[in-house]
Amino acid sequence: MATLKDFRNNVKPNWCPGCGDFSVQASIQRAAANVGLEPENLAVVSGIGCSGRISGYINCYGFHGVHGRALPIAQGLKMANRELTVIASGGDGDGFAIGMGHTVHAIRRNIDITYIVMDNQIYGLTKGQTSPRSAEGFKTKSTPQGSIESALSPIEMALAAGATFVAQSFSSNLKQLTAVIEEGLKHKGFSFINVFSPCVTFNKINTYDWFKEHVVDLEEIPDYDPSNRIMAMTKLMETEGMLTGIIYQDKSRKSYEDMVHGFKPEGLAKQNVKLTEAEFDKLVAEFK
Amino acid sequence: MISQLSWKIGGQQGEGVESTDRIFSTALNRLGYYLYGYRHFSSRIKGGHTNNKIRISVKPIRSISDDLDILVAFDQETIDLNAHELRKNGVVVADAKFNPTMPEGVQGRLFPVPITAIAEELGTSLFKNMVASGASWALLGLPLEVFNKAVEEEFGRKGPAVVEKNVEAVRRGAEFVLELAGGPLSEFQLEPADGKQKLFMIGNDAIGLGAVAAGCRFMPAYPITPASEIMEYLIKVLPKFGGTVIQTEDEIAACTMAIGANYGGVRALTASAGPGLSLMMEAIGLAGMTETPVVIVDTQRGGPSTGLPTKIEQSDVLAMIHGTHGEIPKIVFAPSTIEDCFYDAIEAFNLAEKFQCPVILLTDLQLSLGKQSSELLDYNQIVIERGNLVTEAPALEENQMFKRYAFTADGVSPRVLPGTKNGLHHVTGVEHGEDGRPSESPVNRQKMMDKRMEKMKHIKVRNPILADAKHDSPDLLIINMGSTSGTIDEARSRLEQEGIKTNRVTVRQLHPFPAEELKPHIEKAKQVVVVEYNATAQLAQLIKLNVGHADKIRSVLKYNGNPFLPSEITKECKELTLVWQH
Repeated sequence: MATLKDFRNNVKPNWCPGCGDFSVQASIQRAAANVGLEPENLAVVSGIGCSGRISGYINCYGFHGVHGRALPIAQGLKMANRELTVIASGGDGDGFAIGMGHTVHAIRRNIDITYIVMDNQIYGLTKGQTSPRSAEGFKTKSTPQGSIESALSPIEMALAAGATFVAQSFSSNLKQLTAVIEEGLKHKGFSFINVFSPCVTFNKINTYDWFKEHVVDLEEIPDYDPSNRIMAMTKLMETEGMLTGIIYQDKSRKSYEDMVHGFKPEGLAKQNVKLTEAEFDKLVAEFK
Repeated sequence: MISQLSWKIGGQQGEGVESTDRIFSTALNRLGYYLYGYRHFSSRIKGGHTNNKIRISVKPIRSISDDLDILVAFDQETIDLNAHELRKNGVVVADAKFNPTMPEGVQGRLFPVPITAIAEELGTSLFKNMVASGASWALLGLPLEVFNKAVEEEFGRKGPAVVEKNVEAVRRGAEFVLELAGGPLSEFQLEPADGKQKLFMIGNDAIGLGAVAAGCRFMPAYPITPASEIMEYLIKVLPKFGGTVIQTEDEIAACTMAIGANYGGVRALTASAGPGLSLMMEAIGLAGMTETPVVIVDTQRGGPSTGLPTKIEQSDVLAMIHGTHGEIPKIVFAPSTIEDCFYDAIEAFNLAEKFQCPVILLTDLQLSLGKQSSELLDYNQIVIERGNLVTEAPALEENQMFKRYAFTADGVSPRVLPGTKNGLHHVTGVEHGEDGRPSESPVNRQKMMDKRMEKMKHIKVRNPILADAKHDSPDLLIINMGSTSGTIDEARSRLEQEGIKTNRVTVRQLHPFPAEELKPHIEKAKQVVVVEYNATAQLAQLIKLNVGHADKIRSVLKYNGNPFLPSEITKECKELTLVWQH
């Protein structure tokens, strides 16, 4: 059985020292080992941005695509071979700006993949512009007077889009982060995990200390019921979206693959696809 | 007896024009006639004039005709818009309900048939199409049993009562028109067909069928005219073979999802038209850079922007060749017949995996949607070639990855699918080394670019050009692509009658351009005319760039949305030839 070590490679990440993404990388590696995966059966598909590099830093099949399109690539991969475990990942710009259309529809579609967003509320790789997650008034290179757009609430968005697994965590809380990724990997359907992953270089407001002050761990809320969507929405609004832990999970809904008519448990890529002559003749008969 | 005839039915969109045409032509196909259909329609669901024209022949034909023998009209607008096409002995079968009249100066006879009245007597105006097609069939003097059998197949699943009503509608329509005409019209009696079984289908169906035969089991796609039929065909068929279609949120998702699926090892395609292809361009670059196979069908329609969504054009050619930023290996080729659509779809998948690059199959609206006869398709020609696909990889040293992008003589590296032990590697749109890890080294960059572009030197599709070149020194070489070969050949036979010797070459492989194959044909021709549906002579530009001889290349262009008529090509070619001779 593979251990944490088997998911590590010798590539040195080009993230700044102290970047929140290191914890996400470590948690994915740990969670993969904990749920009993082998490196060759895990694929990490990522977008573009600092966080997009993560697919190269884990010892598994990695696909670093184009900006904002990690989700459709990951969904295509899962449809091709549903026996693989597929993680899609990227930043808040990747998933909530350029790729937002895919995010909402991937959530609705509910293909069994895990989507991990490294949310630092700023554009890091392009050196400090505003993101859909930047708070109103937040000053960046592209909003010198402060952002005049309202910030997106990704968890409320995910719930509204019909998500079957919604979690949020924080790079400083490695234990919780690993646990929610593990649960996301185990969930049968689309798992949405937003991770507060501070940018130490360009975001001087939403720092580790700021998050420590503001996050609300669900474990601190007595009688919280993650199967209750209304409760999830209410608590999110009460905490201004700062809840962490598994916020909502619907275990009853089947994954997309399980609902596709005639879709077999064996990966499509492994199936024999050559038509017999009889099968071909039957198809042609329609046009006679 | 005549060897060919043209029939057209017109009315308001949603009024039964399509279904009348379908049953009428299915019955003709059963008798073994060669058929070629053209749909004139607008980008809306109900209302607006629409018409379907079919040419019926005892010999293979691949073109609409200049004129018309029988026009079936559900409204006066159909007569006003189309009666000018009628030849001298032409006939209009019109619904008596609207008191049809023939426009002034139009030749032909008018047979008012109470189409709606008969249909309503039988219970519903839905029977209009049966009354109209029964009347048409009767004028041709063809056996009614064959027609009734087609009716039975169309409505059989709705029960015998429905079949009976429809058969009755056919009989009443036939009876009424025969009374008016005094029996079947002798000038419309077709010679018997060869009775050989043929297929009758649109190019989009042939592409869908080819994809299934090629082992394609997944299609992510976004609806668009005139590509949607490919998706609709596969939605119907793929579940029978364990596969599926996903209707995506947009064409960017469609293309990237297809790339993800091909990376995962299943053959996947997507299909769209110009607007969708514009959205896919970045993803096409990703497939080129990551050497991931993907097949994309572009069913060209009138551009730019939304353009003419339901009309023909061949104006995406250069965009498909040059589109995506940067430089990648890519294959663009264009089927020109229904049979091509089927075999080329299979080949597209083989080429995509063999050269590990995007393949664009370029059709045009008439080829995609014009229903036509096809020879039977050959099961034995279905071959699945997956290229350099490694299923077992040797054990790796610690921290070593599979060399997915190994430098090789032909530029194609071994490919391994996710899930394979010892096959771990990285895939990225960033420039990378042999194991896929990002690399900005100038030496590596140049080698990787050369490796990817090396593939272009080895690409050859089945019949990169198709030459009908019986003359050693023709007065005129006509070059074309896509659906225009049949129309050009009719024009050529007329030009030959006037003493102008012509050859034809259809270019199928557009990128990389088959210059060596085309060159001798151009060299031995006195003059060259390139026929295409666009304003900027895109194919002619490619020929001038790759082969040269710009001084003797002229263009016949059409971009008003309508297909070429044989007479138009004849006239333009003749005029150009005369200009040159002086």
